[in-house]
Amino acid sequence: MNRLAIPKTYKLYIGGKFPRSESGRVYEVLSHTGDFLANAAKGSRKDARDAVVAARNALGGWAGATAYNRGQVLYRIAELLEGRRAQFIAEIMSCEGVNAAVASAQVDEAIDRWVWYAGWADKYVQVAGNANPVSGPFFNLSVPEPTGVVAIIAPQGTESLLGLVSAIAPALVAGNTVVVVANENAPLSAISLAEVLATSDVPGGVVNIVTGSPTEIAPWLATHADVNALDLVGAGDLDWVELQISAADTLKRVLPPETGADAAAPALNRILAFTEVKTVWHTKAIL
Amino acid sequence: MKFLDYAPAPESQALLSLKSDYGLFINGDFTAGRGTPFQTINPATEQQIAMIATANEADVDDAVAAARHAYDGVWSRLSGSDRGKYLFRIARLVQERARELAVAETLDNGKPIKETRDVDIPLVAAWFFYYAGWADKLDHAGVGPNPASLGVAAQVIPWNFPLMMLAWKIAPALAAGNTVVLKPAETTSLTALLFAEILQQADLPAGVVNIITGDGSTGATLVNHPGVNKVAFTGSTAVGRAIARSVAGTDKKLSLELGGKGANIVFDDAPIDQAVEGIVRGIFFNQGHVCCAGSRLLVQESIHDDVIDRLKRRMQTLRLGDPLDKNTDIGAINSAEQLARIRELSDLGEQEGAERWSADCVIPENGFWFAPTIFTNVSTSHRIARDEIFGPVLSVLTFRTPAEAIAKANNTPYGLSAGIWSDKGSRILAVADKLRAGVIWANTFNQFDPSSPFGGYKESGYGREGGRHGLAAYLKPAVRTGSRSIAAADHRTLSVSKKSASAGKKSASAEKAAK
Repeated sequence: MNRLAIPKTYKLYIGGKFPRSESGRVYEVLSHTGDFLANAAKGSRKDARDAVVAARNALGGWAGATAYNRGQVLYRIAELLEGRRAQFIAEIMSCEGVNAAVASAQVDEAIDRWVWYAGWADKYVQVAGNANPVSGPFFNLSVPEPTGVVAIIAPQGTESLLGLVSAIAPALVAGNTVVVVANENAPLSAISLAEVLATSDVPGGVVNIVTGSPTEIAPWLATHADVNALDLVGAGDLDWVELQISAADTLKRVLPPETGADAAAPALNRILAFTEVKTVWHTKAIL
Repeated sequence: MKFLDYAPAPESQALLSLKSDYGLFINGDFTAGRGTPFQTINPATEQQIAMIATANEADVDDAVAAARHAYDGVWSRLSGSDRGKYLFRIARLVQERARELAVAETLDNGKPIKETRDVDIPLVAAWFFYYAGWADKLDHAGVGPNPASLGVAAQVIPWNFPLMMLAWKIAPALAAGNTVVLKPAETTSLTALLFAEILQQADLPAGVVNIITGDGSTGATLVNHPGVNKVAFTGSTAVGRAIARSVAGTDKKLSLELGGKGANIVFDDAPIDQAVEGIVRGIFFNQGHVCCAGSRLLVQESIHDDVIDRLKRRMQTLRLGDPLDKNTDIGAINSAEQLARIRELSDLGEQEGAERWSADCVIPENGFWFAPTIFTNVSTSHRIARDEIFGPVLSVLTFRTPAEAIAKANNTPYGLSAGIWSDKGSRILAVADKLRAGVIWANTFNQFDPSSPFGGYKESGYGREGGRHGLAAYLKPAVRTGSRSIAAADHRTLSVSKKSASAGKKSASAEKAAK
């Protein structure tokens, strides 16, 4: 007789902890064949706000870490993902209805993409920054810095793990902190990724993952005055124009939805989209 | 004559030959606007300088159509080096006619001739010269190989640096291969129209730059025009928000240079006399009509009294009066409307309990004037410490530790500029790291250069003007398709599939924009 399995309770990931939704709500996550897989937490407006508070509190430490340190911490995530390949493959197969080879390819791509972004942490400033030859006795340097708290609507299609990684990794590289609304229909990879993050060296609050309905949660993030940027990469099926209009009230930086095979493809521009260029002038003595 | 009295030294207006009426500059020619013309006045005398045309919706249509035609037919087909040659020509023509432009700018804007002559107009020429050289080097602009221009750029600029803002907008747009429809501010259209004459002298192909005049509604019509691909705006945060809302859901690329409430931080080891000069330059340059003005002075508590004493003494030597006089430091406020706003916020400062002090100035009978003013005993919650006054009014706050200075400096929704005064380089760099502002001046203030990126964090807007970064606002990466894998990641465009995602949403957003 087979051993009776112990199913996992899937919860939110906020401030480095795994709370249930303050609303007490859950929603059923079904397999591609319609079988019950889990009750995921159905995040609320207040959960989203808690996540923003956690992200803001974590910003100073993460943005202030050395680029080398941030790169190592991000690389460490890839190491832990590698160790959990089997779990992610199983979840993707059950949620997305793909075979082992396809699921395995998705996990591999997600891990490789994470490593690619990790390597940018101590380089993007060199590529995107500039020394400026101004007409006068000044040292003049422009460097990109993290924008701040980035709210992300994760890609909602297939490839739940790859979509999530493609959206959060670039924002983290520069030192932003993140609140991400997970893939609504396939949230299991997101929560399992949270377990990876929790056991890695990423400080609590740097990544906050809210499961539930993007339609319900996204407007609160778009209007939240303590969110600096809004990545609508996975918001194509929402009323994203309305979200962008709301975001204008606090002049958030907004990335539009992307669909198709190239959605959220790895790009330096995706890192730079969540940076601000700071230019410092310093006088030089006239000798 | 008393000590420090100077004989009048007005710059001659003889080299200026203005017309009594100015039309719109569309498709290479001046045409009458179909809206109601308005007068532009000298804010120092309230005398009319000329009548300016108003572009109505049909005129905006014509201007955008001319820009599109020039983009498709001429400008996008021209080589980068030829585009650059036109820009070099423009730079040289601006240099040749610099004095004339400086006098016209001072007449129309009210700012001192020493600023238009030594800052505004030289920077206009420098801006065109700098970006001219970029036109055939766009592969190095930082957006990947073979980047593409955007199309027609709609540009709306403010009244505080009229011709300089025009240069900041037009030079990078043309270098990147775009064509332009530019609307100057209602009260300062004059030098943009003289600039149009320079474009004729440069033989710039018709329609590459179109200049349409009018009030805010002309600007709104231009920004919301479906035929434009890029919107660049410099002005108030309130209007910037409205523009961000109206372009939401469209493919228009947007850059915004908005308001500020810059902190000028003076540490106790700063060279005080230099710092006082920097404080004056930070807030009284251009009558404080500067988005990146150092309008909040954060001074370390231990040196507060000394700094304020020296500042007051220095302010007593500022000469307010005829902007055309070469010895004038403080010119006229640009408009009655702006003067009213400065007065309102300053009165509010007094009501809220801050201590007001103004330099003794003889205020001329006609025109719009405001004496250089400082408020001490200001707390962070006061309106004069939070709202952008956009006038010669300084709010003084104190701090004890670097951490407190940083917290107070960042305690604003704006994030455009900041200044740091200290003799200790390591402290300057550490503080600069923590300030959330796009431009930081250490032991200097209000410096500008075409090679140096300028722009804000937070609600001061997004995008950069100047430098290599300024080009990115007018370019997009070459569209590439192929493998989505990391192997193909270099310089990938972010907007590959944006159009398909936005199809069907655009009509909804256009309706919203119309509201």
